[in-house]
Formats: sequence, structure tokens, C-alpha cells
Amino acid sequence: MTVAGATVSGDTTVRGTPLIELAGVTRTFKTPAGVITAVDNVSLALGQGEAMCIVGESGCGKTTTGRMLAGLLQPSSGRLMFEGANVWETKGDKLAAFRRSVQLVHQDPYASLNPIRTVYQTLSAPLFKHHKAKRGRDARARVVELLERVGLTPPLDFLVKYPHQLSGGQRQRVAIARALTVDPRVIVADEAVSMVDVSIRISLLNLLLGLAREFNVTVVLITHDLAVARFFARGGRIGVMYLGKVVELASTDTLVEDPAHPYSTALIAAIPEADPNITRTKVRVELKSADTPSLLALPPGCVFHPRCPLAEPGLCDVLVPALVAIPGREQERREVACHVAQRERAPAAELLGVR
Amino acid sequence: MQDLSIQYFSRRGPVKAVRNVSFELGKGETLAIIGESGSGKTTLAVALIRLSPRSARVTEGSIRFRNETKDIDVLQLDPNELRRYRWSDCAMVFQAALNSFNPVISIWDQFLDTGRAHGMSDSRKVRDRASELLELVRLDPERVLPAYPHELSGGMRQRVLIAMSLLLSPDVVILDEPTTALDILTQRAIIDLLKELRDRLGFSMIFISHDLSIAAELADRMITMYAGTVVERATVDDMFYRPRHPYSVGLMRAVPRVSGALGKVVSIPGSPPDLISLPRGCTYVPRCPFAIDECTVAEPALLAVDTPAHDARCIRWQVVAETLASDAAVPVAEKLA
Repeated sequence: MTVAGATVSGDTTVRGTPLIELAGVTRTFKTPAGVITAVDNVSLALGQGEAMCIVGESGCGKTTTGRMLAGLLQPSSGRLMFEGANVWETKGDKLAAFRRSVQLVHQDPYASLNPIRTVYQTLSAPLFKHHKAKRGRDARARVVELLERVGLTPPLDFLVKYPHQLSGGQRQRVAIARALTVDPRVIVADEAVSMVDVSIRISLLNLLLGLAREFNVTVVLITHDLAVARFFARGGRIGVMYLGKVVELASTDTLVEDPAHPYSTALIAAIPEADPNITRTKVRVELKSADTPSLLALPPGCVFHPRCPLAEPGLCDVLVPALVAIPGREQERREVACHVAQRERAPAAELLGVR
Repeated sequence: MQDLSIQYFSRRGPVKAVRNVSFELGKGETLAIIGESGSGKTTLAVALIRLSPRSARVTEGSIRFRNETKDIDVLQLDPNELRRYRWSDCAMVFQAALNSFNPVISIWDQFLDTGRAHGMSDSRKVRDRASELLELVRLDPERVLPAYPHELSGGMRQRVLIAMSLLLSPDVVILDEPTTALDILTQRAIIDLLKELRDRLGFSMIFISHDLSIAAELADRMITMYAGTVVERATVDDMFYRPRHPYSVGLMRAVPRVSGALGKVVSIPGSPPDLISLPRGCTYVPRCPFAIDECTVAEPALLAVDTPAHDARCIRWQVVAETLASDAAVPVAEKLA
């Protein structure tokens, strides 16, 4: 599968031309113990207004992928494309336009807001900086509008507040409002709800989804929580990452109900559910090993093979599987990087009997 | 635990972190305490082993611990008795696994320190017991004992802590957010491990979590806490399928699921009250869709609803029940849609 092909293959991809795209990106880091490949040959294309999730466990490369998507980290190889242009080759105004167009919302709203700035100061600074407001009066009107948009009402109460006077959820709303100051077209939200209380997570996700629907903003949510991903990307897509690779990319319903990769299958089977009857009767998938391999010593072939219940010697430990649709089932809107699922022309959930 | 109240002293006045909390825990039973951050659940757990910070004061109530050999009032123990009570009667596994270790001594020394502090003077005995427990939590003692905390992964550290908590064969193990911050597959391994250990060793468990799914998986009974007090007390099935307090209902509706129908998932509006100046009447009124004027008159008592084993602190519980209607099999989330 060529890099260009990955963006148009199957039906799992975007409608029309992608707005933003990672094309075969790899990112390595030097550590004292050696060079690690945090992200390995990942391709993702997102259309305008799409809400998508990247899920995976810690160390799978989802945050690195998000940072590359937001243009904060340069890929070691591969390209970041925005509106058809290679971002890391653009300069000057075009680069500035990209910077404004793509915003990142961080995980920790306690760390991402300046504690000695009021909400008004935090939100008005980028307005002045990017010439979205010339006079104080304009900035104030815009800030009030933004606060209303993110559900911090009445807005006048919040203008003069400092971050320590706000709850975690309110801080995260301010962080989202700040991302909106520059009228972005893409928002990358890295674990944006994992630090707020369960009781208000959904309202934050709805806020982000509302942005996608009303303003056609593309929103990528990076999370370790599949239940959150399912809620957020309903009607959209989820990409599952494992040790630096996208192992499955599918429409949300397909992924959740009928996962094709043995790793996604094991993950879904392992999740405890907030429903006693469901959680007690769930069929589990036994993995061959409980340990995730170190990024310093990745296994050859498919990186999941040492743990995979479907792994076949001579195949999975030798060849790296490509992310492609299961032959003959291209209409299912999913791509999977698994030799066995592709050969058997069946998703792993079916092969493992957990459907 | 009977009518326990705990206050923290702050410059603005007393923070009523826990108010009149009562519950019982039987032998071999698992109780889940759920609630948002600031609901008082950790304060409560820490009080059970009397590790509250100095700014906290128990203003009321008692904690009794009974087994075959003793019947004690935990709040009246002198330092020596307290040391015997901690770990050997009641052990706690804390939330942040890395912070629970001394970073500069090996796992073996941590085991040895714990054993010595609680009367196991023979280091051979400690070693045998530690090895046995580590094998029980599926770790290799040869590898883990000489290691330092930072050399272990999060899941391994959590297992070591669980093993260590069992060193003196306690009757009760308290776990504060035992699987938060762990990856899904690791979390699953810890949950399965806890189930197995409980079945094998027969200890009682209290675990504190904001994660409803772990409660659904592990608990026999559940307590929902809000603003420092118990708002509902029920069996797991009653709590999930027949909640009677609007806050429990709200929590159930706020959590999306991976399997089964997605249903309608909605956050609870607003935020928890200020624990220094609580609103008059029911503390949940500002966020409650069922509230009427009468709710602001006085804080409702925790009274039996449906069955004697199910209590809720809500004068509108019948209306809640009617709204959810009687078909118990339909998840609450969809019912209220």
C-alpha cells in the first residue's frame, strides 16, 4: 500500500479532498537507551468538519501523532499536508496561516493556562496578536461571545476570574475558547476530558462536537478511553494505535461491534463496562503475554504477534502487515493491519469468537 | 462506621468534608464508594485507617472493627494498638502507585520495613511471605524484590502494592482508585487479580472510585457520595438498574459504554457545592432536575426505598422511580432520554 493510496483506499476515508493529512509519517526520538520509533509510517487523512478519535494505550504514539498533526513536531520522515501543501516546506504567511488554522487543546487544564492571567487576558492576547481585534472594546465583545460559545455563562462573571477560581471543567472550556480565538479549522484535543470529572465529561465532548457540526471545524480527539471515543466519534471514525502503528482504522460502529484487529478485539473485550450485566457476561480474549514490548526492542514482523492469539509463526513474526481493507469486504469501511484477518477475509472478532 | 463526620480547618472556616456517614461491611464483602472529586470519598477512606492529615478532625461518630479475636473502636486506639490495626486488620492501597513507595530503597526493603514495623522480625519469614504474595499477583519475586520502584511499570507497581497490603493478612483492604492511570489491558489484569485474591483469601474490600465500570465489575454493594454525605446505598444491581437518588441517576447517565446500545449520555449540569457553606436543604438541589421547593427546606434523611437494603436521601425518590419506570432491564440512560 503506497502512502498516497492509503488516503483514498477503502471507504473508511474522508468525503472529498482531505483538509489535513499525515502521509506516511515516522517519528523517532533519541533516548539515553537508544533510538525509539514512537510513530512508524502512519497515514491519516481528515476531511473538513470531521470528528475523529485516535485511541491507544500509553506509549502507542497517539500523542506524538497528535503533535505532528498539529504541526508542533516535525516528522522524521513523511509529510504533513494541509490544504494540499506540505506544511514543513511552507514559510512566512502560509506557515502562519497554518499555525492559526490548527490548534491543540492539552490534557491538563491546570498546566495549560497561565495562573496569573485572568480569563479575559488569556483570551484577548491571541486576538490582539493575530490582529483579530484592534481595540479593547472589540476584543471584549469577542471574548464574551467566545465564553458564551463554550458555555461559560454569564460571561461577564468569568472575564475577571483567574484559573484557580475555576473548576477543572471550566478551565478546559477556557482552553477550548482560547483555541477558538484564531478561528481554527482543525482542533487536536489530546486527552482533553480525562482530567475532568466523569459527571461533566460528556458536556465537554458535546462542546467539541458542536464546533465540528456548526463551524465545520475538524476535531481529532486523542484518548485512551474507548467509551469516550465511541461517544465522540459516533457516526465518524476511530483509529486504533499500538506501538507506533495504526493497526485498525474503521467507522466507529464497525470498530466497536466487530473489531477486525486482534488487538482492538482484546481491548474492547477487556474494558469494564458501567453496567453489571454486560460487564459480567463479556467474553474475554486471552492474550499470550500481558507485557507490552519495549519501544527499544520492537518485535519483528507484526508488533503485536508476541501477544496475539491469532499469530502464526513464519508469517506474523516475519512480515509487517499493511493497513488495508479485508479483501472482498471493502464496503465495510475499515482497514486493518493483520495478516490473518486479511487471509481469512474475516475480522478478528469473528475469528476469536467474541462477536 | 457510624455517623462519622470529618471537618478540615481552613482560613475560610471548617470544610465539611464528610457528614454523618454510616455503613457496614461484612466479612468477604466488597463495597464500592463512588462520587466526584471533592465528594469526600478519599477523606473517608483515609479516616478508616486514621491517616487523616492534621488539619482534619473527626467531629462525630465512631468506627468499629470486629473479627473473631477483637472488637475495637478505631478512633480510640493508642499508637501501639493503632499500629497493630493498620496493615494486619486493615490495609490500604493508595491511588498514586509511585508515591506510595520510598523511591530510594528496593522493593525487598519496603517489604522488610513494613514487616518489621508490624512485628514480623524474622526476615526469612518476610521473604517467604513476600515471595508467595508476589507470585500470587503474578510477579517474579527474583526479579521484583531487588528492583527499585522506578524500574517497574505502573501495572507492576500496583501489583506490588496489592501484594504488600496483604503481607499481614488483613481482614479489610481499602483501595483508592486502584486502576486509574493504568492502561486498559493492565486494568483488566488488576481487576481479575483482585477478584481472584478476594475469592481465595476471603478479605473484605472497600474501593473508592469515580469509575462506575469498576464498581459494576467488582462490588457487591455501592455507596454514592455527594458533598460529603451518602446520598444512596444499595446493592450493585439496584444502584445500576434502579437508582433512586437523582445524583446516582445522573452519574449513570453520564458514562458512555463500549458494548450494548450507546443510549443517551448526558452530563450533570453545574458543579458540586462549596463544602464550607453548603446550601440549605438537600445539597444537590442546584443541579437536580427533580427538585421542588420543599427540597430546600431541610436536608432529607437517608431512608429505605423499594427494599430495606436500599436507602436514598431524597424526598422525591418515588417520582424518580416513576420516571425511570419499572422495566428494570432497560438501562437508565435510555429511560430518561
